[in-house]
Amino acid sequence: MLVDAWRGGLTADPIRGALLRTGKLGLELLVLSLACSPLNNIFGFSPALRVRRALGDYSFLYVCLHFAIFVGLDYGFDFMYLLPELIHPYALVGLIAGLLLIPLAITSFEPWPKRLGKNWKRLHSLVYVINILAGLHFILVVKQGVTGPYLWLILIVFLLVLRLPPIRRFLGRFFSRSE
Amino acid sequence: MDKIDPSEVTPKKLYLSRRQFIGSSSAIIAGAMALAACKGSPPATEATPPPYSGPTEDELGDPLTTYQDITHYNNYYEFSTDKGAVVDLARNFPTSPWSIEVSGLVNNPKTYVIDDLQKFKPEERIYRLRCVEAWSMVIPWIGFPLHRLLDEVQPTQEAKYVKFTSIYDPTDMPMQNSNFLPWPYVEGLRMDEAMHDLTLMVTGMYGGPLPKEDGAPVRLVVPWKYGFKGIKAIVKIELVDTQPVSLWMQSAPDEYGFYANVNPNVDHPRWSQATERRIGEVGRRMTLPFNGYEKEVASLYEGMDLRIYF
Repeated sequence: MLVDAWRGGLTADPIRGALLRTGKLGLELLVLSLACSPLNNIFGFSPALRVRRALGDYSFLYVCLHFAIFVGLDYGFDFMYLLPELIHPYALVGLIAGLLLIPLAITSFEPWPKRLGKNWKRLHSLVYVINILAGLHFILVVKQGVTGPYLWLILIVFLLVLRLPPIRRFLGRFFSRSE
Repeated sequence: MDKIDPSEVTPKKLYLSRRQFIGSSSAIIAGAMALAACKGSPPATEATPPPYSGPTEDELGDPLTTYQDITHYNNYYEFSTDKGAVVDLARNFPTSPWSIEVSGLVNNPKTYVIDDLQKFKPEERIYRLRCVEAWSMVIPWIGFPLHRLLDEVQPTQEAKYVKFTSIYDPTDMPMQNSNFLPWPYVEGLRMDEAMHDLTLMVTGMYGGPLPKEDGAPVRLVVPWKYGFKGIKAIVKIELVDTQPVSLWMQSAPDEYGFYANVNPNVDHPRWSQATERRIGEVGRRMTLPFNGYEKEVASLYEGMDLRIYF
């Protein structure tokens, strides 16, 4: 991204370009982390589970960068400028999604998984909510007529539906039989 | 010539391995650069600006946006929703021959061939352009006030509004093949807005012709309104008695009104309009009422609630 910034590849509005790039990467990694479980449960592709946590952590990294560019570079830490923006749904939804990611990122490292035991899994199912919020955040910033962000939300909902026990069991059986 | 001690000469083997190192590392760098290039948008093409000797700042002392940025950051949905992609997609858009039909409630309907417009004596005007997406530029347009053209066609007493229509050319404008917006682009002005001296029919920029990505061969610029009011590639101007429904009013009536005056106190439903990013600057600046043209135009809207008439 830095190379791109230097070459002018972030468009004439590099701050917006950087916001879009980091936001998109954060979302992509988050959605990828959501795809790991279905890959394992339905297709029996277990290596996916090993990268799941790393995907989430890298997503968090990009979300942090995204937030830092928004508050620091774009608004220069000026609260007078930020306030009128923060009352808008897209900013609030994004902020909540980002804040919810913090406990997940912290507890993704040892010794938290062991220490929290069953609750760790419960806590980390927050990622379902965060994914929905992130998809919504993207939809809320674009003008009407731009369809890309809607596809992301559809993909997120699809990945969540795959988790519903009856569907998971049905698809699991279907694919293991055909193998 | 000095004699070189054999011990000072790099052994051939080492010398070769250094060569190899340079070779392989430059391959890696080239590969990395190629990867970087694939990942983002393609490298920006360099625009060659026409020779320009006009003023370098607007009346508020802010510098002009570069020719490169003005021609590589375009909201022109007929070509693409990607602002950086418009310049390449518009390259083959045919702008000649071109004519504009002026009709409706006028005593003297006329069709102008594009070169006819020169008789209205285009002049240089440096205007701020404030996009509804909260970014802005300072652009040295070349154009003539619309009232010069309207004076010639003579609107009748019944004419209350001016309706502008863009070209419908799905062969050369790829996005017009999709009906995600109700093509062609339509915009409108109230009669007094259209007659205002700031309202410009633009045929050039930066001392040269108007680039295709910026709306060639002729576009509208209304500097106290959001950029989307500045309809591009105009083929028809009609004088009408009812308020025209613009493309954006039709597709998102709660987001885009008929007036669309730049107003830091009336937010877009999705984001704030209080601040803006000036292209070429880091950070934000306050948005000015009527985009800094309050003195000239505020009187047009006296007594109107601009929250309702947004």
